[in-house]
Amino acid sequence: MRTSTRGSRRLMALAAVAALTTGLLAGCAEDSDDGSSDSDGGSGGGKTTLTIGTFGVFGYKQAGLYDEYMKQNPDVTIKENVTTRTDVYWPKTLTRLQAGSGTDDIQAIEVGNIAEAVQTQGDKFVDLGKDVDKSQWLDWKTAQGTTKDGKTIALGTDIGPMAICYRKDLFKEAGLETDRAKLAEQWKGDWSKYVGVGKDYMKKAPKGTKFVDSASSVYNAALGGESERYYDKDGNVVWDKSAGVKKAWDASMEVATSDMSAKLKQFDKPWDQAFANGGFATVACPAWMLGYIQEKSGDSGKGKWDVAAAPTAANWGGSFIGVPTAGKHQKEAIALAKWLTAPEQQAKVFAKQASFPSTPSAYASLKPQAATTTFFSDAPITQIFSDSAKTIPTQIFGVKDQPINTAISDIGILQVEQKGKTPDQGWDAASKEIKDVLGQ
Amino acid sequence: MTSSKQALAHSASSADAAPGSQPGAARRAHGRGTPPPGPGSWRSRLYRWDMKASPYAFIAPFFIFFGAFGLVPLLYTAWYSLHNVQLSNLDQQTWVGLDNYENLLSSDFFWGALQNTFTIGVISTVPQLVMAIGIAHLLNYKLRGSTMWRVVMLTPYATSVAAATLVFVLLYSWDGGMINWLLHFVGVDPVNWRESTWGSQFAVSSIVIWRWTGYNALIYLAAMQAIPADLYESASLDGANRWQQFRHVTIPMLRPTILFTVVVSTIGATQLFGEPLLFGGVSGSKGGSEHQYQTLGLYMYDQGWIIGNLGKASAIAWTMFLILLIVAAVNLLITRRLRKSR
Repeated sequence: MRTSTRGSRRLMALAAVAALTTGLLAGCAEDSDDGSSDSDGGSGGGKTTLTIGTFGVFGYKQAGLYDEYMKQNPDVTIKENVTTRTDVYWPKTLTRLQAGSGTDDIQAIEVGNIAEAVQTQGDKFVDLGKDVDKSQWLDWKTAQGTTKDGKTIALGTDIGPMAICYRKDLFKEAGLETDRAKLAEQWKGDWSKYVGVGKDYMKKAPKGTKFVDSASSVYNAALGGESERYYDKDGNVVWDKSAGVKKAWDASMEVATSDMSAKLKQFDKPWDQAFANGGFATVACPAWMLGYIQEKSGDSGKGKWDVAAAPTAANWGGSFIGVPTAGKHQKEAIALAKWLTAPEQQAKVFAKQASFPSTPSAYASLKPQAATTTFFSDAPITQIFSDSAKTIPTQIFGVKDQPINTAISDIGILQVEQKGKTPDQGWDAASKEIKDVLGQ
Repeated sequence: MTSSKQALAHSASSADAAPGSQPGAARRAHGRGTPPPGPGSWRSRLYRWDMKASPYAFIAPFFIFFGAFGLVPLLYTAWYSLHNVQLSNLDQQTWVGLDNYENLLSSDFFWGALQNTFTIGVISTVPQLVMAIGIAHLLNYKLRGSTMWRVVMLTPYATSVAAATLVFVLLYSWDGGMINWLLHFVGVDPVNWRESTWGSQFAVSSIVIWRWTGYNALIYLAAMQAIPADLYESASLDGANRWQQFRHVTIPMLRPTILFTVVVSTIGATQLFGEPLLFGGVSGSKGGSEHQYQTLGLYMYDQGWIIGNLGKASAIAWTMFLILLIVAAVNLLITRRLRKSR
């Protein structure tokens, strides 16, 4: 009945050892879950190894830029250290910057962190302003990467001009306008007009679909068109008095309280799934999101998606790259950073990854991938995004922008949208959270 | 076995001891495995020194590593917790005394996190250990392909937290997730697993249970196999059925093992972090829009690495440490009590 033989005991011991070993191995594997792999950029054999630290998919590798640069400069080897999650990448970069060691030769900075970098890490980065022609970039982009005393610590890579991506087929079923120009005209100028179209959509919505993916995406999109956000230009926190925040909040509350939202959280797995299943008809899409939509929808969405201009010109996302003073090969790193952010290279990244250039001179030569064009019903993508990019207002960012934004969208809006709280209750919850963030 | 070093020492000492030394001393020392003392002999001094110091040298690596990666950070964290330290400005530390702790004790989020850690801990640990004992008992029978069953039990444990949690996120997804789909068949309305308080805590616990039940079952199984078979034989001669045997033989014999797993699981539950973080998706460190499944570990991570307030995060870390000490003390008391009652 019982199997307590010597053999099985040995097996048990083996199993235990195996369990512990896998545990250890899994532990190691988890450590590198953020996908980062570090290497010190030492120069050996006359070759300089430049490392570049990025988060998410930057598109440089994908567009073949590293290979191209290495071919042009045979004495340079480029290594990219990718950390998938921004919330892991940024704290890590901050600590390394301050320790003055372990940084990559080039470090990417997300737009949500640029104000913090400029205001608190200014002395940890090389001034790139002297090496480049700053007029190449959109003014507001350069302004974001420049300290008060005029030191440009980071060069603009892509920006996130916004449009509305919509499902033509679902709009047709709901009896709405499907032409992109006429649609854009319908909601032009005001996000609450967009919400109005949503109400029409919900009257005859195809079964199982909603108008928009989430209320917080409407919030982010609307806020992206406002110059005043959580801070004023003197660096004071004004989130509770800001007109821009109020406008965006009100638009998102209309969505949250009217059952037109699929109540998803962006970049969550269920959100990805909803693209494949056609769960919602519109999503505010910055240029960089086109590739994402295409990938997640797969063939099922081909030719069904279309792109129309957003109610207001707005920016959502985008990045910078800077050269830390702690780097070992500053001269080479500056040259590479300059080359990577030049208009020609930005155009190449757009062709591959649809990350929109921050240098207007590249706009004339932009060519999206043929697949992307077909996927989005031959919409004039470059035209729509360039038009938006040129009229985006200069946005003021502050040190704790990112956590404040998270508090409003993931606490305040989510409570209203998913837990049926009133907008006032949602606002109170967000306020409490923000006070915690600001240490008040 | 004597090591080559010992063997060398042996031959050397017998050579030393040959003329004029006391045979009794030599014999006594030999009996203990130590060489006879050649007074003032360099080799024997070296030998004695070796006997005394080697054990310390052998265990030193652990303590050096513990010092470097355990003790120093621990003390440094205590120092941090008394300062206002921002992640973006580590050089500027201003002394604030116990402010961080006061701030913590008056924060709803902290008490919420403490409560969540406790509830999630209880609803994951208790069913997990009960199920593990049951499974171990079943695995202890003669089964066809018993090794296969045992290995299968371990697979969830070998899976990475990230992979497992991401799958669970899909299963528990509000719209189109498999669990709500199954509930729909029995006529239950879809549950918003992530945003409802009990739903989310249940969901997080289920991931923990799934991952650790097999692991604990194997520990129990190993302990069960060490129970002498004659205890069962005599029990069955006395007419005890399977259930009675389980209750009156297996469980009492397993008592130390059960205590061990309870302690380990409690510590694990207090430090619960990965599952709720990943379950929350993009902004997982908040633990839901009402912090409904934010554990202490998550709260510390959110304060330190997302908000960037390292001083407060350090205070949370130290509070967690103190809580663990209390838990350990309670466990010790219970263990003593149980040992006395036996």
